[in-house]
Amino acid sequence: MSTIAVRHLDLHHGLLQAARDVSFEVADGEVVALVGANGAGKTTLLRAIAGAHRPSAGNILLDGRDITQVAAHRRVGMGVALVPEGRRLFAQMTVEENLLLGRMAGRPGPWTVDKVIEAFPNLAARRQARAGTLSGGEQQAAAIGRALMSNPAVLLLDEVSLGLSPIAVDRLYGSLQQLMRSGTTIVLVEQDLGRVMQVADRAICMLEGRIVLEGATSSLSREKVTEAYFGVGDRVPA
Amino acid sequence: MINTLVQGVLLGGYYALIAAGLSFMFSVMRIINLAHGSLAVLAAYALLVLAQNFGISPFLGLLVVLPAMAALGFLLQRFVLDRALRAGPLVPILATFGLSIVIDNLLFEAFGANTRSLANAIGTLSYSSIALPGNIYVGVLAVGTFAVAVLVLGGLQLFLSFTAYGRAIRATSEDPDTAGLVGIDARLATAIASAIALATVGLAGAALGMRATFDAYAGGSQLLFAFEAAVIGGAGSVWGTLLGGIVLALAQTLGAKVSPLGFLIAGHGVFLVVLFVRIWLAGGVTPLLRRRT
Repeated sequence: MSTIAVRHLDLHHGLLQAARDVSFEVADGEVVALVGANGAGKTTLLRAIAGAHRPSAGNILLDGRDITQVAAHRRVGMGVALVPEGRRLFAQMTVEENLLLGRMAGRPGPWTVDKVIEAFPNLAARRQARAGTLSGGEQQAAAIGRALMSNPAVLLLDEVSLGLSPIAVDRLYGSLQQLMRSGTTIVLVEQDLGRVMQVADRAICMLEGRIVLEGATSSLSREKVTEAYFGVGDRVPA
Repeated sequence: MINTLVQGVLLGGYYALIAAGLSFMFSVMRIINLAHGSLAVLAAYALLVLAQNFGISPFLGLLVVLPAMAALGFLLQRFVLDRALRAGPLVPILATFGLSIVIDNLLFEAFGANTRSLANAIGTLSYSSIALPGNIYVGVLAVGTFAVAVLVLGGLQLFLSFTAYGRAIRATSEDPDTAGLVGIDARLATAIASAIALATVGLAGAALGMRATFDAYAGGSQLLFAFEAAVIGGAGSVWGTLLGGIVLALAQTLGAKVSPLGFLIAGHGVFLVVLFVRIWLAGGVTPLLRRRT
């Protein structure tokens, strides 16, 4: 159970600026979705929260404590886990070995290999298979399972539906529903706006590294989000 | 003929032992350590000093030298290899080449040009042998070295497959960035791998010192044999390394039977043939290097 706060964050890829003065907070147990076009800075922002990308300015706070300078592997131990874009499983290792790696941070909690397989039944038959041989849906389940094995208080999900069939996406979100109701704080990047409206409490819309729209999903209309997404509304930044 | 084969296989155990650390470092850290042979000679000198100045048997001396080599490996990764790797994949090769020159010349400075051996310090073990049927005699030391090589290689395999740190090291070698995201301290994992590699180098140095003579500049030829065994066996595969050592040694002993000059020539010949076949099968040098083991 934790809160995340991002304060005046600037992120760069070399000379390219991926995020400009981004600030937002995520309350305990809240599910927040980041939406925006490709290149809006969503993935870099999630990687910065996870510690894989060093901000050029600003702070990241976990439960009010500044973790900006903390290395990625130590943040996992503090309860921040990222399911990276493109899964990034260790292809040469088995599903079970990938899951066990999530334990390296040594955070105590309820998740075990058996529990993960219970939550994602499609992994049951593939437990000893090399991760590189899995289907996209199985890989995504294994990647989420690996993050869960570290018993995260804050789970960051980066485009978990990317490259999956609609059926596989339904199955995946079916498994995630339980997690979202269990009180884990979640920040997710998702391209499917319908899905965002359905699963998230709040949506943050980014355009060219800036937050252009933010609000409870119940109060946001699809049209308003679409306008912000493409930057064609009256809230376009100067 | 059978005698030649048996002696060849046993010599292969020694080559596998010196190749174990080189192959381990290459497979999990993607580093070709050109100081490998010099570090083995350094360990041999350390055992010699303990034996001559303090009367400590080389076997007991290993209790001091192996942890010292492991500590050296940890520091080597932290202060040399880690920095060198960040500068590009070829820089560690240059860095370890430089390190080998430094070690060789420091040893020369300290111990001079005399050839040394640990044989005096291990009593009858250096020449005692076991009689096998068919009038074949095998050296106790050679059999022991072979057994240690199998134990080291098997131990490395079990460590990588079944322990948490082994998994962490494999994950780090595959994708260090993602390893950090799942909670692995990638720098610590590679430093531990380096420490393990250098502990096996300590064992190789002990085997070198007990079975033969060495001098300050003996590292180069040890590196060459280790490198050839690792490449023949398919660098990075644990049991391949044992096989590679045996193939290299068999080629050498059979070559020596043909002509006294044949020992080295046959060994290098097999190495080159295997190397070119591998390059040809992989479709060029670049795909061969890129292929993950």
